[in-house]
Amino acid sequence: MTELLVGTKKGLFALEGEPGAPFTVTARAFAGEPVEYAMRDPATGRAIASVTSAFYGPKLWWADDPAGPWRQAEGVALPEGGEEALKRIWVVVAGEEGTLYAGGDPGVLFESRDGGASWELNRALWEHPTRPDWSPGGGGLCLHSIAPWPGEPGRLALAMSAVGVWLTDDGGRTWRHGNAGLHPGYLPDDVPQDTLQLCVHDLQRSPVRPERLFLQFHGGVYRSDDAGASWTSIAAGLPSDFGFPLAVDPADPDSAYVIPLSADTDRVTPEGRVRVYETRDAGATCTARGAGLPDRDAYLTVLREAFDRAGEGGALELYFGCTSGEVFASGDAGATWSTAAPRLPPVYSVRTAP
Amino acid sequence: MAVVRLRGQLRKIAGDEAEHAVAGATVGDVLRALERERPALAGWVLDERGEVRRHINVYVNGEERELGAPVAGGDRIDVLPAISGG
Repeated sequence: MTELLVGTKKGLFALEGEPGAPFTVTARAFAGEPVEYAMRDPATGRAIASVTSAFYGPKLWWADDPAGPWRQAEGVALPEGGEEALKRIWVVVAGEEGTLYAGGDPGVLFESRDGGASWELNRALWEHPTRPDWSPGGGGLCLHSIAPWPGEPGRLALAMSAVGVWLTDDGGRTWRHGNAGLHPGYLPDDVPQDTLQLCVHDLQRSPVRPERLFLQFHGGVYRSDDAGASWTSIAAGLPSDFGFPLAVDPADPDSAYVIPLSADTDRVTPEGRVRVYETRDAGATCTARGAGLPDRDAYLTVLREAFDRAGEGGALELYFGCTSGEVFASGDAGATWSTAAPRLPPVYSVRTAP
Repeated sequence: MAVVRLRGQLRKIAGDEAEHAVAGATVGDVLRALERERPALAGWVLDERGEVRRHINVYVNGEERELGAPVAGGDRIDVLPAISGG
């Protein structure tokens, strides 16, 4: 039995089930509120949810049970009296030694060492001297990807839209770029090579070979074999190099899955067919996986946090949700798919519980 | 003192009390004083910049007012979410 936490435009839904059959809604929380992201902390089992009320602003909440009661986390704010206010928390990721990280808009990282009850702003990133040059993507200045390094708590990779990849080896005291090789086709050809206007859409690390990362770009899919210092295009063979989420099989460092959308000007599944593309050779080739997914008249949008996995290898489970309210599931590493939930509100995020 | 009146979620956060007598010379003074008295309200009406959140409206005796508006003893201050959504 797998538990999914699904963040939607109209609240959080906890689902339980197994791929191949419909899942059951076991809890709903924050009814009517936009839940951008929800996950379970593997260290404590707590559920953590990001909720941005249109009226009362962004908040993080935590609960032992998704059905509640939920408690508001402390410290999720920018320094008082400044010129900016926190707009949204995009993602929460479990790191090493029980640490939790949260990324948000405007390009901010928070850290919790008490299971999400309280958070502290990473000052080095907040006060980075290049920050005045940072520019937002269409979704804002969002820090949406956080990739810890298994076994090395000081090493972390981040991705922001549209400020590229950021790396630390000292637990976030200093940050450097990791953008060599990324090609921003949406900028003039003669733009300086050290431009920060790099619209990364998602970044994932291979847990068994941590120096390898995969990245979905705003036009491009890339692989890094040097811990994010440089990147190689692996988009050949895809129907489109545009998309948002990316997932990996944790047992296979050569694996990655993407869900291409037609183009940045047409953000729906290409040709009315829903397909997940899989590589098992680090991007040299890719294979369309669509058995059981809609294959005609289906123009779906999958957002960057709405794709996740559980398990590994041949039993890898994959789940993704759409802004049209469907959640699809595979229990055999993408070979076959079924509908886990057909009619939820617009899906913002999907996360499996560890 | 002015009386700040809260509804819905704000009322619940503020100890489930609808009316709060708070001293202050301006709307901003009163709202900041209310946050000090009810710390759970911090960040819900005013953001980190000290500004009223975009979709919150503040009324003094039925008239929509800004943070700098003067407040007199006995004034009624209503803090309401705007009519918006999707």
